[in-house]
Amino acid sequence: MMPLLITKGLSRNFGGLRAVDNVDFTLMPGEIRAVIGPNGAGKTTFVSLVSGRIQPSSGMIVFDGADITSQPAYVRVRLGIAYTFQLTSVYANLSVYANVALPAQLTLRHGPSKSAIQAAVMAALERTGLADQAAMPAGQLSYGHQRLLEVAMGLALKPRLLILDEPTQGLADGEIDNFITLVREIAKNATVLLIEHNMPVVMHLADRITVFNAGKILAEGAPEAIRENAAVQEAYLGTAP
Amino acid sequence: MSEASPARAYASHLGVMALLFVLSFLLPEYYHGLLARIMVLAVFAMGYNILFGYVGLLSLGHAMFFGAGLYGAGLAVIQLGWSVPSAFLGGIGCGAVLALAIGLLALRTTGVAFMIVTMMFAQVFYLVILYFATWTGGDQGMVVPQPARVLTFGATALDLTNPTVRYMTALALFSLVLLITLAIVRSRYGRVLVAIRENEERTKMLGYDTFSNKLAAVVVSGAICAASGAAYALLFGYVGSSFASVQYSILPLLWVLLGGAATTLGPLIGTLFMYYVIDITSGYTSAYLLIVGIALILLVLFFPKGILGSIRQRWLGWLP
Repeated sequence: MMPLLITKGLSRNFGGLRAVDNVDFTLMPGEIRAVIGPNGAGKTTFVSLVSGRIQPSSGMIVFDGADITSQPAYVRVRLGIAYTFQLTSVYANLSVYANVALPAQLTLRHGPSKSAIQAAVMAALERTGLADQAAMPAGQLSYGHQRLLEVAMGLALKPRLLILDEPTQGLADGEIDNFITLVREIAKNATVLLIEHNMPVVMHLADRITVFNAGKILAEGAPEAIRENAAVQEAYLGTAP
Repeated sequence: MSEASPARAYASHLGVMALLFVLSFLLPEYYHGLLARIMVLAVFAMGYNILFGYVGLLSLGHAMFFGAGLYGAGLAVIQLGWSVPSAFLGGIGCGAVLALAIGLLALRTTGVAFMIVTMMFAQVFYLVILYFATWTGGDQGMVVPQPARVLTFGATALDLTNPTVRYMTALALFSLVLLITLAIVRSRYGRVLVAIRENEERTKMLGYDTFSNKLAAVVVSGAICAASGAAYALLFGYVGSSFASVQYSILPLLWVLLGGAATTLGPLIGTLFMYYVIDITSGYTSAYLLIVGIALILLVLFFPKGILGSIRQRWLGWLP
């Protein structure tokens, strides 16, 4: 099977800091991959490079067999890479419906009718449980619901690769359980790349885990193997005295 | 913005058009002429509103697009002897091409830099008009001769200098542009424009080429402003460089702010309000601009969203 996403020697410098350092990464279709690592390990920078929000200093990104390194972000979105933001950035002044209509109408470029857009929007809202709040301005949603709206916007793009950047941050425990169910649902038709700090969520969801530290991939493997990995424990907890 | 109540939105706009139509038969001569002028300038404001209200791009150079239409149509009639319809379309074409060129350059900047760059280009446009005084009449301007301002359809000839014909032509242009604005705002494209205004970075990450969308908005906005300028030249017969001066870049901003940015009818209300305040106050004192200034400050303090914007916020949420 051909990998969905490959990065080769991907690097990004911020001044003297090498935020992402020569990363070779492979993601197979259908996977749920968690990316973990201490703060400042380069996780968000890495997915920002993949989504095209920032340009790499060097290296190459291949999506579905095509080199997309020089493609602008909006082209990558159209190719199927959807990115949901770490800090919620829904359109606060627009209705929940309009927030999702924007990505939905993009996927229906050829002969989209109002009813087709409406169906796509409502489908994404149903899946995230926001259908009742469709008419509400997005800024009036609770924080947890705004996070779900972010996911609904990603879903409406019908992505092949959905990148979720710390999606459970700030969610209540009950909301997290629903969220895990939702991500499992999504993974039936899409590959999921998940940056997450909440270890129970990672252990529940991920097929494989990639651990970042200081801009490099420290370890990669199945959840159990990563849990037992001495180098990972060291990165997180520091060396034993 | 919402999907609901298209009927109410269209009904209210048709109502405004009908009211303006009826007013043509009721207004005394002076106000009849003034309202015709206001409708043409409201088209200018509507064009400005597309870019400022919906995309959130504050240009301080829109006088050049109005001027491109004004001079494009005026010079076509005076120097080239074109007929009224082709001169009108030529004026719009000048505005659209100029907007495309300016957009390609100015959209490389944002915020304050965009304001300054558009203002500088408008100044260049203004100075070019003065420089080529042989053709443009310089700061004297030009008068479009009365015999040239006739619209002929086969056997029937419409004299655009006739007050009723002039009023109805202005109303027709105003109505057309109002409906175009309404259609744009309610379209999928309009939704993208508002999304760019609210959060451009997010809109890129939803798969939209924001540069192209903004460029298209500059061209549409420029073409509408040029239509206003071309109509002004043909209906009122005067093509003057003052219309390309910085004052006419500020005025549409004020009209739109007064009436309510990002409302379809706000530009008309703002233009109307400003003209009548000037008209009334100048009857009492020569310091009428002082009163206009105070009125503007009060409005911005108490109605920051403009007249119609505040009405929409408090009472009529369905207004487009």
